[in-house]
Amino acid sequence: MYKALADAIRDAEARGHTLAQVALDAESSDQGRTVADIRAVLGRALAVMRQAVGQGMTGDLRSASGLVGGDAAKLRTGPKGPLADTPFRDILARALAVQEVNAAMGVIVAAPTAGGAGVLPAVLTGLAAARKIPDEKVIDALACAGLIGAVVAERASLSGAEGGCQAETGAAAAMAAGAATEMLGGSPSQVGHATALALQGTLGLVCDPLGGLVELPCVFRNATGAAIALTGIELALAGVTFAIPVDEVIDVMGEIGESMDVKYRETAGGGLAATPTGRRLARERLYQIKKAD
Amino acid sequence: MVSLLDIIGPVMVGPSSSHTAGACRLGLLARCLVGGTPQSARIELHGSFARTGEGHGTDKAIVAGLMGFRPDDDRIRTALEIADKEGLDFRFEKTTLDDDAHPNSVRMTLDRNDRHAVMTGASLGAGRVLVSDIDGYPVEVTGNYNTIVLVAEDIPGSVARIATLLANHRLNIATLRLTRQQRGGDAFMVIEIDDEPGPEVRDEIRALPWVRWAFRLDKVSA
Repeated sequence: MYKALADAIRDAEARGHTLAQVALDAESSDQGRTVADIRAVLGRALAVMRQAVGQGMTGDLRSASGLVGGDAAKLRTGPKGPLADTPFRDILARALAVQEVNAAMGVIVAAPTAGGAGVLPAVLTGLAAARKIPDEKVIDALACAGLIGAVVAERASLSGAEGGCQAETGAAAAMAAGAATEMLGGSPSQVGHATALALQGTLGLVCDPLGGLVELPCVFRNATGAAIALTGIELALAGVTFAIPVDEVIDVMGEIGESMDVKYRETAGGGLAATPTGRRLARERLYQIKKAD
Repeated sequence: MVSLLDIIGPVMVGPSSSHTAGACRLGLLARCLVGGTPQSARIELHGSFARTGEGHGTDKAIVAGLMGFRPDDDRIRTALEIADKEGLDFRFEKTTLDDDAHPNSVRMTLDRNDRHAVMTGASLGAGRVLVSDIDGYPVEVTGNYNTIVLVAEDIPGSVARIATLLANHRLNIATLRLTRQQRGGDAFMVIEIDDEPGPEVRDEIRALPWVRWAFRLDKVSA
């Protein structure tokens, strides 16, 4: 697999291919699997993503601690805000939905991680529904997202324990931004800019879940992650470019993660987890989980 | 090498790819070392696994893996109760491994009949795992391939013999690593294979007089 997005973009441009195509070719040659086989696995992932979106939208899920759940349904049926009846609001609902399923120990696709699993399905299935994009193109977008995630894994990290939330929902937003930009007809170089534009917006984001549970703020970080992805897509498709090359933005995300205090890396020692209310809620809810077990 | 399908995946029971799915995969790999579900398991959690494991279902996921459940199996939710019923005696402890240990590390000490194994591994994020130590031998097993691990007397020609045996079964080696603690001491071989070796391959390896023990670790990635 590619270790730099610049190399993948260069190959795609030279061959007149999409980034999805060069990613699938690289994966095929790395793993000795046919492109059709890889696409079939991605197709099953898409089906699980849609199932999780559907399950989370019903609103009758609660997490182990009861801290999160039911908010996706509010976006479907609650009072309208300025984004009502736009794909934006639907995408926010989908992001919450998948993450509520995840918090309830339901079945999701980690993409790239479970904590950031809401962003990519929300953005891709939401835009596909709004623009009536066929599944084959959405599967291509998943391949493109996989390429971006693989480069982030190689150059930086995809683990909140190593790199904070920027490495989870931040990476997810970057993947979704790049992948959806290609799905909507953007060029390989626009994909690079969309990825960089999304990732720059999450640099420094800490991983600070209450009680260490993938619940609060994780569910909401997926919604804001989707919003940041949409920003990257809209800007890149409009022709906006980002002056720092995408691989350098990824590198600096890794560097920031390394220098982040351990209390901001999934240990529940800092950030929202360490606020007075965060501590109190975690204490109460963890006690509840133990009692339930 | 990072695989695209590691990034878009695994399909898994939530809530955490590192603390739930990765933990389950480490359990799956460890059970292979004792040839099935262990009767007893001492599970030492390090770093973030120790601090936040409970809320992520890390305990449930490791025990589920030890029983052979995969990361997308919704029995993970009730794995501890199932283990009680199945007679898997598990014990969790918090520990501090080496300074350079990955924050999501676990050491498992397993017993099943006359078999005993100690495995240390880490969950690297996005469900990817790395086994770093088996019975005191430093190894690197990712679970991305079917893997054969064996301890043999350090004699000339051992690698060639194993390679020939695998070739006779039309199995293609992806990687092979040989480590030994001292010259003439035991040699530890980790062989990652593209295809799936049948139990007869492991039995043939075990039948070699200079092989002390050999196990197959199943592929645990997508």
